[in-house]
Amino acid sequence: MELLRFTTAGSVDDGKSTLIGRLLYDSKSIFEDQMEAVKQSSERKGLQHVDLSLLTDGLRSEREQGITIDVAYRYFATPKRKFIISDTPGHIQYTRNMVTGASTSNLALVLVDARHGVIEQTCRHSFIASLLRIPHIIVCVNKMDLVGYSEEAFNKVVEQYHEFASKLDIKDIRYIPISALDGDNVVNRSENMSWYKGASLLDTLETIHIGSDENHLDARFPVQTVIRPHADEYHDYRGYAGRIAGGIFRTGDKVTILPSGMTSKIKSIDTFDGPLQEAFPPMSVSICLEDDIDVSRGDMIVKNNNQPEVGQDIDVLMCWMSSKGPRPGAKYYLKSTTNEVMAIIKEVIYKIDINTMQRIEQDNDIKMNDMARVKMRTTRPLIFDEYRRNRITGSLILIDEATYETVAAGTIHC
Amino acid sequence: MYNKYYLNHLQELESEAIYVIREVAAQFDRPAILFSGGKDSIVVTHLARKAFFPARIPMPLIHIDTGHNFSETIEFRDKLVAELGIQLIVGSVQEAIDKGRAVEERGINASRNELQIVSLLDTIEAHKIDAAMGGARRDEEKARAKERFFSHRDEFGQWDPKNQRPELWNIFNGRKRMGEHFRVFPISNWTEMDVWNYILQENLPIPSLYFAHHREAIFRDGTWLPNSEFLVLREGEKIEMKYMRFRTLGDITITGGIESEADSLEKIVMEVSATRSTERGMRSDDKRSDTSMEDRKKQGYF
Repeated sequence: MELLRFTTAGSVDDGKSTLIGRLLYDSKSIFEDQMEAVKQSSERKGLQHVDLSLLTDGLRSEREQGITIDVAYRYFATPKRKFIISDTPGHIQYTRNMVTGASTSNLALVLVDARHGVIEQTCRHSFIASLLRIPHIIVCVNKMDLVGYSEEAFNKVVEQYHEFASKLDIKDIRYIPISALDGDNVVNRSENMSWYKGASLLDTLETIHIGSDENHLDARFPVQTVIRPHADEYHDYRGYAGRIAGGIFRTGDKVTILPSGMTSKIKSIDTFDGPLQEAFPPMSVSICLEDDIDVSRGDMIVKNNNQPEVGQDIDVLMCWMSSKGPRPGAKYYLKSTTNEVMAIIKEVIYKIDINTMQRIEQDNDIKMNDMARVKMRTTRPLIFDEYRRNRITGSLILIDEATYETVAAGTIHC
Repeated sequence: MYNKYYLNHLQELESEAIYVIREVAAQFDRPAILFSGGKDSIVVTHLARKAFFPARIPMPLIHIDTGHNFSETIEFRDKLVAELGIQLIVGSVQEAIDKGRAVEERGINASRNELQIVSLLDTIEAHKIDAAMGGARRDEEKARAKERFFSHRDEFGQWDPKNQRPELWNIFNGRKRMGEHFRVFPISNWTEMDVWNYILQENLPIPSLYFAHHREAIFRDGTWLPNSEFLVLREGEKIEMKYMRFRTLGDITITGGIESEADSLEKIVMEVSATRSTERGMRSDDKRSDTSMEDRKKQGYF
């Protein structure tokens, strides 16, 4: 069984919570006691039907305000796949949450109200998905029951979205007409829309091909920690522990250690369950080298003939996540893979209006939820790839040097 | 197209958890594993073993002892610690009560569940633990659905759900000031089903309490509460002999069981996959109010 992580975003009214509630309910991931609690809450509120959106309500403060303020993670499984949903609020104030949810997802579910068509929020969510290089988008045209299940209404939305999406960099976009409230085309094909010949939403989620989403070309192994057992039987053992971030490593491969540039050969790839001949992403393993050289956390093991960039000047597209904007000349801890360096923002090249996708070149004042293209300078060389090539070695976060808060997320561009 | 370079969901979840555990060892000076004797902390401990193989787990286990334990849990804990050859730190709720740091609850439903918070925070402080790893999962409870892998706690050990650090990709920010600490949850993305399937796949030993056995119990609030020296009978309640098992393990006074025939891991997996109620539905600590988990978590609960 494969694992598929997908993200959703939406506002209170577009039926996102109802859709998630429906997926959980129809895939039998909701237990009786949870359902009973939701039924009781619905009755207390004087609702006529069971409000499935209550299934995804979280914290007390959220329920009081009737909004979602944070990313919530939901789980369901079918016999074919296990799903992790990062459920994020869609309002502009929550761009940082959308970015967070998108960062770990390989698919985005975009909800469009059939009556209103593509609106600002649809564009915002899709644009963020494309900036974070989510390879697959499913556009659910929801509330088809309110437009008489009309094929024409559906086609109109598809045309609108298609035109907008031509400006985005997304390879795989699919469209499904649904009614989350009644369940049409969510799990089963709808009898109300016999003109729709495609698969239902769940069917699409179960079968969409995600096997090629990982980078299997550029071998990258960021070292997390060094394993040195203090036992006689493993006297000279030095294992470099980490999670493969790209490519395929094999025993006997000639490798380079960055940033030192030293070279060696892979002696063994070890796991608790026994040694491996080859390892690929996202496996956690330990690599032992033939030569006794100095390797530590923050170093990267790569193949001799395929190396990442090493440098101190980087172009970053960042999303600012803190209520206080960057202070002029401020230093930040920059974390990328297992590496940590100090960095400054040298120059704001432009900001991006995430509703229109236009560049704003005059305004350099970065505030919370802003997306901006910046030039950064690091104190020590960073080892990286372009984000579009590798989402792990091409991503970074900034940590405020005084408050230790995570203040920005960035993708590296070359 | 068939692709041989892919992991199934349990392999991917395992790899993710090992990555998180190694980040803890790398980013913190004095990490520890919170060990309750329940299946989730058993899985976390097993994953830690895999993460540092062939070395020993480079951190101690912490057990918060309410004094109201199942004896099976304590035996299991001691055997595991001896096998792993690592240190065990026990935080005693009885000691906190004796010292006047905590006050015993009274009444028919009295439990020491909330008192664990005091002992846990005292133990973390006394041993200067800067990262305490636990087996909490996001699917367990709605307040946990928004929990981070690396969850920051202030100098009072408290959780501020509205002011959590965003967590992106697989980059974890473990920076903290003196006196603050982190709770880390390597199996955040696992469901109850994943945990059982993994225990079956790895053939992990678990306390006998999880398997169907004969036991004296009383029926209260929709679940079978085990008879023990701490149980106060209500009027009309009677002790019966039941063939039963536990889906979750906590304090003996609050852990209800279910009638079950599942006496093997295979049968448990089948039972769990067919079941229609949540595991925490058996826990009276979560039934106190709609937000009882959120409230306890803010104070510093597991």
